[in-house]
Amino acid sequence: MQPPGKREVPVFDLVDHLFRHEAGRLVAALVRIFGVHNLELAEDVVQETFCRVLEVWKYRGVPDNPSAWLMRAARNRAIDVIRRERTFRRFAPDLSLLLESNWTLALTVDEYLVEHRIPDDQLRMMFSCCHPEIAVQAQVCLILKTLCGFSSREIAQALLAKPTAIEKRLYRAKQVLKAEGGLYEVSDEAQIAARADAVHQAIYLIFNEGYHGSHPQETIREELCQEALRLGALLTGHRVVAAESQALVALMCFHLARLTARVDGEGRLVPLEEQDRSRWERPLIEQGVRFLERSAQGERVSAYHLEAGIAALHCLAASHDETDWTEIIALYDLLYGLTPTPIVALNRAIAIGQAEGPGKALEELNRIPGALKLKDYPFYPAALGEFHRRAGHREEARDYFAQALRLARSPSESRFLERKLEVCG
Amino acid sequence: MSDYLFLFRGGFPMYEGWSPEEMQQHFKKWGAWIKRMSEDGHYQGGHPLSAEGKTVTGTGKVVKDGPFAEAKDVVGGYVLISSETLERALELAKECPVLEIGGQVEVRPISTLHN
Repeated sequence: MQPPGKREVPVFDLVDHLFRHEAGRLVAALVRIFGVHNLELAEDVVQETFCRVLEVWKYRGVPDNPSAWLMRAARNRAIDVIRRERTFRRFAPDLSLLLESNWTLALTVDEYLVEHRIPDDQLRMMFSCCHPEIAVQAQVCLILKTLCGFSSREIAQALLAKPTAIEKRLYRAKQVLKAEGGLYEVSDEAQIAARADAVHQAIYLIFNEGYHGSHPQETIREELCQEALRLGALLTGHRVVAAESQALVALMCFHLARLTARVDGEGRLVPLEEQDRSRWERPLIEQGVRFLERSAQGERVSAYHLEAGIAALHCLAASHDETDWTEIIALYDLLYGLTPTPIVALNRAIAIGQAEGPGKALEELNRIPGALKLKDYPFYPAALGEFHRRAGHREEARDYFAQALRLARSPSESRFLERKLEVCG
Repeated sequence: MSDYLFLFRGGFPMYEGWSPEEMQQHFKKWGAWIKRMSEDGHYQGGHPLSAEGKTVTGTGKVVKDGPFAEAKDVVGGYVLISSETLERALELAKECPVLEIGGQVEVRPISTLHN
């Protein structure tokens, strides 16, 4: 028999990955027991549990069921901490009396720190993080910290911010949660509906930070996308699900399916029409279709429904030329009606260009309301450059691509625009 | 509303020879009982007591091992209860799992000392 210490899996790699997913689960469950005012205590208990467990695993190897092992270790640690702290600390108001007595302490922790309660705990935590008094960027940090197991340093790295700035955001956000006194309840439809918009916004922000963000490391960005999808799956796995949540998850599936095909071997952004469609991940597209179908059961058509519908048409088209542009334009019209932003107008104009040619595209692009807001967005001049090129206006095309290149936010965008410029050369 | 102390006698010695599983099952009953009283708003706190300990006696302050007269008289724990009447407190005491293993619950009103 192989001695357990000699396993092939490098302990640190495994633990790092495991930590991400287990930390969020355990923190959420412990917050339910400790009370949201003791969020840091919950984070500390999880951190200490991991340190201790790691010491043991280094010598004895990783057990077969590391997740169960961790939960057991966290449970023991939590009981110790409650015993130590209970004379001068209050815990979750409805559990405090039971945690204060040794008759019921262990039993109560065992009752609440169990697998089947964790999804609800995580959802309560997620909704609590999206408190209206917490700024959206801070909501994102709080979610990454408490639910995704990111350290402040990792959040700073992923969001290209200074760790001290992240610490400050987290501190202020936690103060709001403490002042709130309790966790946000998610047991009925009205409660879910009241804060669902904010939750969707935060999740989609995390996703977009990964998908469109400027972080030079692809792996970090993909991780953010995966985390957002995981949070979305938590939302749609709950017994009360908003139709918008299904639509949001569908949208993320469609985008994520195309993630790897979006950049070529040299790290250059590949535009939709040039992407190798065989590299798109079919299982994710199929999953997206299932979520989109389920989202249709809702009464409201949200922006996520429309965006997911557009993404689905792209994903399901056999080729760029066979894309149903008419339907895409119709969806963009509806989307513009809901969210009349210059970005939507820009994408709509591009779709019109695909269907009706560069002349019509340029006409639409030049009359985008509020186009000034796009002045730092490289894909506005890039679109102008592209349709000028297609219309045979080489000089204008070159000017616009050069302008776009100056606005590029990442190496992959730069490389893509440099090549566009070369083509016009 | 008055407060009552429940003293449980005849706990630990009764567990001799029990398996960990039997102990666990038994203590689950304690937990469930206290939780019920907590949900009704009766339960105010309490703890089980450890079997070991010392007794300090008299003006000579003599310290002796163990509190213990006879096994059946040893206090194994206490719980503080709020209840409208003594009768209600007794009803609660009748649900105590210590009775299943031959122990007893002493129900004592908290004194106001009348001073």
